[in-house]
Amino acid sequence: MPQTLTEKILSRASGKNVSPGDVTEIKVDLVAFHDLTGYHVIEVMEDVGTLKVFDREKLVIAFDHLAPPPDVRSAEIQGQIRNFVKKTSVPNFYDINSGILHQIMIERYANPGQVIVAADSHTSTSGAVGAFAQGLGASDVAAAVITGKTWVMVPQPFKITLEGKPARWINGKDIALKILGDFKADYFNGMSLEIFVKEPSAVPMDFRATVSNMGIEMNADALMFVPDQETFNYIKTARGYEPQMVTPDSDAKYVDEYNIDLSKLDPLVAAPHSVDNVKSVNEVEGTPVDQVFIGSCTNGRISDLEMAAKILKGKKVKTRTIVIPASYQLFKKALELGYVQTLADAGAIITYGTCGPCLGGHFGIAGPGETIISTSSRNFKGRMGSPDAKVYLSGPAVAAATALEGKITDPRRL
Amino acid sequence: MIIEAKVLKFGDKIDTDIIIPAKYLKYTDPQYLAQHAMEPLDPEFYKKASSGVIIVAGKVFGMGSSREQAAMALKAAGVKAIIAESFARIFFRNAINNGLPVITLQNATKEINQGDLVRVNVETGEIVVNGSKVLKGKGISGMPLEILITGGLITYLKKAS
Repeated sequence: MPQTLTEKILSRASGKNVSPGDVTEIKVDLVAFHDLTGYHVIEVMEDVGTLKVFDREKLVIAFDHLAPPPDVRSAEIQGQIRNFVKKTSVPNFYDINSGILHQIMIERYANPGQVIVAADSHTSTSGAVGAFAQGLGASDVAAAVITGKTWVMVPQPFKITLEGKPARWINGKDIALKILGDFKADYFNGMSLEIFVKEPSAVPMDFRATVSNMGIEMNADALMFVPDQETFNYIKTARGYEPQMVTPDSDAKYVDEYNIDLSKLDPLVAAPHSVDNVKSVNEVEGTPVDQVFIGSCTNGRISDLEMAAKILKGKKVKTRTIVIPASYQLFKKALELGYVQTLADAGAIITYGTCGPCLGGHFGIAGPGETIISTSSRNFKGRMGSPDAKVYLSGPAVAAATALEGKITDPRRL
Repeated sequence: MIIEAKVLKFGDKIDTDIIIPAKYLKYTDPQYLAQHAMEPLDPEFYKKASSGVIIVAGKVFGMGSSREQAAMALKAAGVKAIIAESFARIFFRNAINNGLPVITLQNATKEINQGDLVRVNVETGEIVVNGSKVLKGKGISGMPLEILITGGLITYLKKAS
């Protein structure tokens, strides 16, 4: 039987051929957690009565939600996790000077064909390199840390094809929002999305990471870019080794198919309070905004900062603007490339490698009655702070253009 | 496993930031979490649920974050079971792992009203509304049922080891 990428990965991980709908135990290749869920994972392990890690090399821990700690409890949580790291001698530990877990996974660990589980919903990000990556709760992750196994229901595979070259200012975010707007947030529940790129180099890894990241907003069980030349080049350049490629069989069967022509996309936004309340930027242009946030594991990568820097170069922002590269490596790269200088000169506040305002954590929480435009992943009521704040989601070009004008702005007009 | 309680009804896409806002995630004490359950939508939820309720909701209940505190908060607040038209994958697992039954029922929000008295058979998925109307939902079976009956994943893992 020809197999989709989903079936191929889960068959290998379960040691037998599996089909959609099967419930099966699988071995995991990588497990991860961050500070805000990690202490909970460790509490569950203590409750079960073991701090045993199935394979120390396969556990990744990064501090991002509470980095640097905004209060005493956050510092205490990080202290508990550092103690766990000491006791278990887990080598892949990233303290507050590293960045967001999902970005670290893409930069250093995730490979095509792997099964990755982590205690955070945006674990789906590693689907960018063709890994079957799922977020799980603390108890499920604790079980995976101890045993190296978890269980899945094999999802129904759905095929998406991206064709053409992205129009000007179009980013991975617009691709994700296009899918969310056309299908709505509940459609892909129980499905895995396999994305084929017709011209691999037209959709760089940064764009892929944004789309995979928002796979969870589509409620897909997984969202994977089918590994291609772009995947191979990215891993070889970033890590110095050639990844083993895993791809679906050419005659594999999908429940349905859908094509997007990237050359015809408009810059899109998701209006409050739902990720699938998607509109063309023109429909909401002129909406006054109190704060702009460019960052997060969704859109805090080099190409995002580059787009923002191009728009803000030599100009001044009219509204509070916070920029947070997704990792310290990216922050240093943005320094080298001059983007940090450009954004700082334009009046943006820049820090690095933290989740910060995305989840209403710190570094720019939304106040009552405020309107925010954010390149992050969620605009749920209360997500970025006050339940009386409104959050619009967009890619970095719309966010930067909005910073410049103080109201939602189509970057194509500048 | 049979559960009976009055219904508190919600719509589609009840997300985890509604169920328990991120600012409460630095703690795992169920009683603390319960007091803030559903806070952005209804700060009185904790009082309304305290006598024991069944939540009825629309599509992708629990969508969003992996925070296990979402399931913990609802259970500790007095939610005995959730009947929804669909569940987000992570929340569904978190609920089972914390011993909170989750039943999928098409058109749940059309068939069941606020304040109805509902009796649910967790294994078969049979739902009886106000002692008369019988609906057929999707029950829980296999390993998830074992975890649920044992009282959650922690107890299940303790027994396994």
